[in-house]
Order: sequence, then structure tokens, then C-alpha cells
Amino acid sequence: MAVVKLFGAWLSPYVYKVIWALKLKGIPYEYIEEDLSNKSPLLLQYNPIHKKVPVLVHDGKPICESIVILRYIDEIWPQNPLLPADPHERAVALFWIKFADDKSPFISKLYRTDGEEQQVAAKECFEMLEVIEGHALVGEKKFFGGDEINMVDIAFCSVAHWLGVIEGFTGLKIFEPHKFPRLNSWIQNFKSIPVIKDNLPDTDKMSAVLKRRREMLLASKSS
Amino acid sequence: MADEDVVLLDFWPSPFGMRVRIALAEKEIKYEYKEEDLRNKTDLLLKMNPIHKKIPVLIHNGKPVCESLVQVQYIDEIWPHKSPLLPTDPYQRAIARFWGDFVDKKIYGLESGKVWTTKGEEQEAAKKEFIECLKLLEGELGNKAYFGGENLGYVDVVLVPFYSWFYAYEKCGNFSIETECPKLIAWAKRCMEKDSVSKSLPDQDKIYDYVLHLKKVFGIE
Repeated sequence: MAVVKLFGAWLSPYVYKVIWALKLKGIPYEYIEEDLSNKSPLLLQYNPIHKKVPVLVHDGKPICESIVILRYIDEIWPQNPLLPADPHERAVALFWIKFADDKSPFISKLYRTDGEEQQVAAKECFEMLEVIEGHALVGEKKFFGGDEINMVDIAFCSVAHWLGVIEGFTGLKIFEPHKFPRLNSWIQNFKSIPVIKDNLPDTDKMSAVLKRRREMLLASKSS
Repeated sequence: MADEDVVLLDFWPSPFGMRVRIALAEKEIKYEYKEEDLRNKTDLLLKMNPIHKKIPVLIHNGKPVCESLVQVQYIDEIWPHKSPLLPTDPYQRAIARFWGDFVDKKIYGLESGKVWTTKGEEQEAAKKEFIECLKLLEGELGNKAYFGGENLGYVDVVLVPFYSWFYAYEKCGNFSIETECPKLIAWAKRCMEKDSVSKSLPDQDKIYDYVLHLKKVFGIE
């Protein structure tokens, strides 16, 4: 049987996207935790261009970039498909996946920055939520994928989990349930899915680590 | 194919639009090209791309597809019989998608724009990074005629539009891309021998004039 390995970091939403995809399809894999401040020679060999996680290694062949990995997983293991079969519906899903990929970094910027830069990130995040609420979740769908989650739901995971944690320790308030009722329902539904619920980074641990990271980043900026 | 209604909302200097023009030309698909004035966007554009309000927008039988990489892959799926752009093997497809993503992030990204929008140290840093990224692409090309192998493929379509902007970059940045990346320029010229590419890319001088116009409009010296 072919061997599947996943190089990851426990805090990274990009890594969880791959974990969920593998678990939804029932694919066994070996997980290797990377210390991103001290990357292993193997990681650097498998991802020389970006030197990042996640990296999926299937049969000794590396695949990099989370969305590229997800599409590969979906093609190699077609059970529980993560994208619509209809080409136009698939194009719409891919549009939203790109949107999520382009905007999600602003969520991490919320804790990496302060002052004006943080305000810009907060504004981008708020606008992202408005777009999702107003355009992506119309039709009273339970999930972006309809009755079941698909790659679009997975792509928006930072909104479902990471945003709340970051808002917590930065004191920012961008997502408010009454302002985003559809998104609020989606977040509750998404996090109730067993594969998701059972595979999320611990909120307290994440808060502590990111808070410390924030302190270090801002301290080095002012020195 | 009969009864295919294909419309492309585009803007002539857009490398993103060029990708779609090349893909449609490779597949020999007849379509209606509509030039948008980005200072005065049509109702059709705003209706078909309400989120970003950007071109290109591909409208197939009345249904919009947005985002150029999505559009190229859609075109490849809908019309698979002529000039397949993505490989059939899933791993090779992943490699192609990886490099398509790399081109979007590194070549079309904000940092490379600094080659023509800045001066001094900032510009030198941008030039250096830009050339480094082009060299990585040269490495991926290797000894192949095209990124797609013996024929144009997905990565070729995604990258080659940028060739029309190289002259403007060279003039603004005062450097020669050919000196730094001869293999890549040879590849670009090889692509330009194909009608699907040469008819989809505007003249380099026109792009340079457009860049000069943009610099004036935005007050960049």
C-alpha cells in the first residue's frame, strides 16, 4: 500500500485542511510535526521553493501548497468528493476557495500587527465576512457544499476557529453573531462535524502561543 | 460545438485576460470579446463579477466564471479534445497547479510591481526578487520546449502573458531580463511563434506606453 506522509505544524489552519481531507476520505497517513523555527532537512528537501507546511508526500513524491494538495487528494481518492462534479459549479467553488485563500492571511495579520496595519487587517476581515454572508451562503445552505461539507467549507476554516481565538486575546471584535447570522449558523454546523470537531487545535494552547508570538513580534518591531 | 455562447469581458493590457484569450484560442473556441473601460465598468461586468468587479470574466451560456486560473482550468475541462492544457496524471497536475500558483503569487504579486512603481533601494530589492523567481521558473522548465512538455500547457498559458510586460519592466528598472534569464526568454519567443499566443498578447511598446501613462496618473516618477 502506498505510504502517505503529512508534514505539518499543529497551529496551522493550512495543515488542518489537509488533515480533514485525508480523514474525510478515510486515508491513513503518518503525521510529522515540524518545528517551524527549526525546519527539518527533509521538509526543506520536499519544499525547497516555499519551505513551508503542509507538505503531503505520497509514494515518496511531495505535493506543496494546501489547495494544490486538497485537489490532488480529491483526484487520487474520489470517495466523498470535495468538489462538485458539474464544471460550472466546480468553477464557482474554486472561486470561493481562492477568495478564502486570498483573504485568510488577514486573520493572522490581526495578531501579527498593531496600530494602522492591524486596523487595515481588521477592515479586510470584516469585508470578507460581509462578502461570505451576503454572497457565498445565500440559499439557506447548511454548508457551502450543500448538505455536506466540501472543499469550500474547509477553505474557510480560519473564519470558523482561528478568528475567534485571535479576537479573544487581541480584544478585537470583528465577527458578531447577530451581524452575520448565516455565517454564525455555518460556524456552529461546521464545528459539529465529527472529523472537524475531533481535529482542531486546542483553543487555550493556541491562545497562549499566539499571544506570546504577538508579544515577540511587536517587541522586535519597536527595538 | 453548436450553440455555445462564449463572451469574454476583458481589458487589453491585462495579463490575466491574456491567459483566457490564449486558452480559448488553443481550443479554437469562437467568442465575443468585450473591452471594458475600467473607469466606467459596464452593468454586465458588475452583475457577472459582483464580488471583485474585475476582469477577465468568462461568460459561458450566460453563466459567469471569474478568476483567470479558474477560467483556464474550466476551459480545459469543457473543451478537452483540443490542446489539453493540464496533464492527465494527477501528480503532474499537482505540479502544474503548484507552478501556476507560484506564478500568481510571485510574478504577478504586489512585490514584482515594485520593479516599475519604485526607485532606489526598494526597486533594486524588487528586481532581485523578480529575477530570482524567474530563475526558479527556468529551473522548472529545464530542457523542455514548454512547461507543458512538447506542447503549450497550463503553466505556459499562465506565465507567458507576462512576457508582454517585460520590456516595460526592463525600461523602468534599467535591466535586461534576457541577460539574467536567457532560457526563459527563449521559451517566451518560442511561445510567441504560436498564433494563439502572439494574437493574444499586445505589442510590448503599447504596454510600455500604458505603464508610462499609469505612472503619470498615479504620480510615480
